Amino acid sequence: MNNWVEITMKLNGKTVSCRVKPSSLLIDLLRDEFKLKGAKPGCLEGECGACAVIIDGNAINSCMYLAINAEGKEVTTIEGLGSDDNLLDAVQEKMLSHGAVQCGFCSTGVAMSIKAYSEKMKALGIKPTREEIKKTLEGHLCRCTGYIKIIDAAEAVFEEGSEM
Amino acid sequence: MTKEFKHIGKATQKFDGKERVSGKAVYGHDLELPGMLYAAILRTRYPCAEILSINTSKAKALEGVECVLTAEDADVHNISYKRDHPILKKGRVNCIRDEIVAVAARSKEIAEEAIRLIEVEYRVKKGVYDPFEALLDTAPIINEFGKGLESFDNKNIAEAFHYEHGDLEAEKARSKVIVKKRYELPRVTHACMATSNITADYSPLTGRLTLWASTQVPFLYLRDMAHALKMAPSNIRVVQPVIGGGFGSKLDMLPFEPICALLAIKTAKPVQLLYSREEEFLASPTRQPMVIDLTTGADEQGKFTFRAVEIIMDNGAYTSWGATTPFVMMQTFSSLYQVPACRFDARAVYTNNPFAGSFRGYGNPQATFALESNIDLMAEALGMDKAEIRLLNANYPGEITGQGLHYNTCGAIPALKAVVEKGRYHAIAHAPKEGRYKRGIGLASMLHVGGGAKIYRSDGCGTTLKLDDYGYLTIITGSNEIGQGSETVLAMIAMEELGIEQDKIKIINTDTDVKPWDVGVHASRTSFVAGNSLLGAISLLKEKLNKKAAELLHIEGPDFVYENGMIRVDAHEIKIDKVVRDIHFMPPHQLCEVSFFYEPSSEFQDKQFKGDVSGSYAFASQAIEVEVDTLTGAVRVLEVHVSQDVGRVLNPLGLQGQIEGGVATGIGYALTEEMIYEDGLLKNPSFHGYKLLTANDMPKVHFYPIETNDGAGPYGAKGASEAPLIPTSAAIANAVANAIGVRFYSLPLTAEKVLFALVQKSVGTPRRCATLSEHAQIEKQKGHGF
Repeated sequence: MNNWVEITMKLNGKTVSCRVKPSSLLIDLLRDEFKLKGAKPGCLEGECGACAVIIDGNAINSCMYLAINAEGKEVTTIEGLGSDDNLLDAVQEKMLSHGAVQCGFCSTGVAMSIKAYSEKMKALGIKPTREEIKKTLEGHLCRCTGYIKIIDAAEAVFEEGSEM
Repeated sequence: MTKEFKHIGKATQKFDGKERVSGKAVYGHDLELPGMLYAAILRTRYPCAEILSINTSKAKALEGVECVLTAEDADVHNISYKRDHPILKKGRVNCIRDEIVAVAARSKEIAEEAIRLIEVEYRVKKGVYDPFEALLDTAPIINEFGKGLESFDNKNIAEAFHYEHGDLEAEKARSKVIVKKRYELPRVTHACMATSNITADYSPLTGRLTLWASTQVPFLYLRDMAHALKMAPSNIRVVQPVIGGGFGSKLDMLPFEPICALLAIKTAKPVQLLYSREEEFLASPTRQPMVIDLTTGADEQGKFTFRAVEIIMDNGAYTSWGATTPFVMMQTFSSLYQVPACRFDARAVYTNNPFAGSFRGYGNPQATFALESNIDLMAEALGMDKAEIRLLNANYPGEITGQGLHYNTCGAIPALKAVVEKGRYHAIAHAPKEGRYKRGIGLASMLHVGGGAKIYRSDGCGTTLKLDDYGYLTIITGSNEIGQGSETVLAMIAMEELGIEQDKIKIINTDTDVKPWDVGVHASRTSFVAGNSLLGAISLLKEKLNKKAAELLHIEGPDFVYENGMIRVDAHEIKIDKVVRDIHFMPPHQLCEVSFFYEPSSEFQDKQFKGDVSGSYAFASQAIEVEVDTLTGAVRVLEVHVSQDVGRVLNPLGLQGQIEGGVATGIGYALTEEMIYEDGLLKNPSFHGYKLLTANDMPKVHFYPIETNDGAGPYGAKGASEAPLIPTSAAIANAVANAIGVRFYSLPLTAEKVLFALVQKSVGTPRRCATLSEHAQIEKQKGHGF
């Protein structure tokens, strides 16, 4: 089981190669090898959502994902959001303006989920209801905010509309 | 208040939010130091046992292991304020979280492997898991360091409190109704999203220990650490990384912290210890589970006459600050609503359960659940309206309570009226309850400290300000940011008073070698105490600036306005940084730096626990509407109406976040959360088995702030952040009783519990057959009630 495997993936827009153990988790690869600490180890059992990253357009708990499965995939972490012109993505801006961030440990994972969901819905031209938004956020635990401001922020992302 | 504010009272984004939402913020889990080792702890396999032998030879021989530590290798003092807690256990273990061996190794994997290689031989003993059993003469001594026999006449009592005021017997005699009930409160935990963590580094060259520690009380922590390790406190530096949730869990220094420090001292290398989530459930503190026997009376008109309270708290095997929660609970029993007589007794009893700590609300959710349930029962017995009985007895401005609390301002009545009216209390309470889904509404109020709490020798906070040559302000505050938004409020105050924009403000608040003293982030005190401290420092800074500005502008008079980076009076104005440079570069050459220490006017309570313990008091009421599915027993919270006397709203966005977050924790306490222990073993140490609310479970939360403008607070503000969870479980239980006519005396109100109660209630006229398992439960519960 200790045979190292070389994988190549697109990480935050850049093609990278690295050697991983077949048993390595994506979260450990990101945090320990690439030093991308934005994916947070909240439970390492797929319950809390703090470690969510976007893999080929889907928000995935990186603690439940083997690193070798990232081969050939496009992986975006919180560090990959935003651009040179807008250092924060619109999702992050909305989370701040709606007060959705307190201790922040869940916030990066939440931002990745809202980002993936909003991209998907916008591509389909769908504006989800508040109830549908709540459903997509169910995989994230937060002990500070009581979720309401997170839901408000996600809803506001869809209010923008113009970038559909 | 006539003054118009530019920033105070305006919704302001989190000052430190960008770092947190972008992954830039460095939490304890993200730290890496050169040559850092990773620690792991071997905990006991049994909650109560003798340790016959410990064999660490295989672990020591494992390549990559740098230090293996047992009690034999550690020259340390016991921890906890009772000094009853050895950081590594020898001879015996007393609860399932007990630490026996610690390892530091070159990788996490090696540390974990080393732990697996350690052999411990136990002689398993029958533990005591019920505090009532622990009180019996026949019970064994649970904590050998306990002083119960000398202090409290029972070997297993860790701490006890007695309080009274008024003539209880006379008040009892004139009571028209007396309600006596027993309430049972579960063990719940903080479940901070970041697990407990510490990184320690030690230099044998300087003898200095640096701890990156997620503590809420860095200066008390430093003192406790120094005592544990037999070090000079000033040789310890505590640096707080960004903290991923506190809620009271980080008020006590826990054994893993001095253990990690010792590993760093022994290896002279940095060592990091991170809890897994399972470990977090197992070995971080919990809220006090307790049994409250409450007797309350009221006269014919419904005026309260007396309260008699007896509380048994399950202290667990060791004592934490949590054993002092009766300080807060006795305030609720003595002083929430007017009550002429009160007698209160609380005992924290050692058991072989894990020890309970402090948790947002500090005993008050438990006390308020019991009291507000009894108030509903008294109203029913008197045939009175439940809003009316609360209004009749409500606290009022100018009241001095039996315990000596001075309510200089008091928003209790406006808060009650707000939720009764906005929540449409009467319409919902009296609506017919028909069909499968039954709706009900419940009321509850609360009292909590709003201006700190004088429980330590000082309840103060220091602030140092540095205004630099370019007009940038550095606020060095003793207070702590744990996500609650204190940096934002402090920045807003500085912007308001000095006219400096937010991007020119920096806040330093994480390093005990740099920041001035503060007692810690607890008791909803930070905005009040740190805000007042900052205002004091600003006033000193302005003295300097005003003097120089007057000189430079060749005018007399102190009535300067600070705005947009300028200091002005009438048509004269000068840039603030120009004034600083003149202070600095012109004789007599001074820096634009000041320090101020604020100590609230509150007083220590006497031996009878009487005295005005806080700078001000917060009052709140909630009206909560629920819907009970009578087929499944599931309770759904529909609407939460919160009204709270916050003195003055400083940051509406941050305040609303505290209200919603508090209510969410309160709903979890009421409906879903419980650590299930069987004979000292935790059965649900994961988010799968321990049910936190999710986004889907949250009701609408309506908030109606009451601004009483208390003279003691910054701009009139009071502490606010524990209050929103304190009355929630009581209001929900009262709402469920209103909906289905069944009252519950314990939490949480799980669907199972509600369904069993409904099935029991309908015995004789069952609309459907109970399932086999329900029958089994009913049999089991017979005679026990709920």
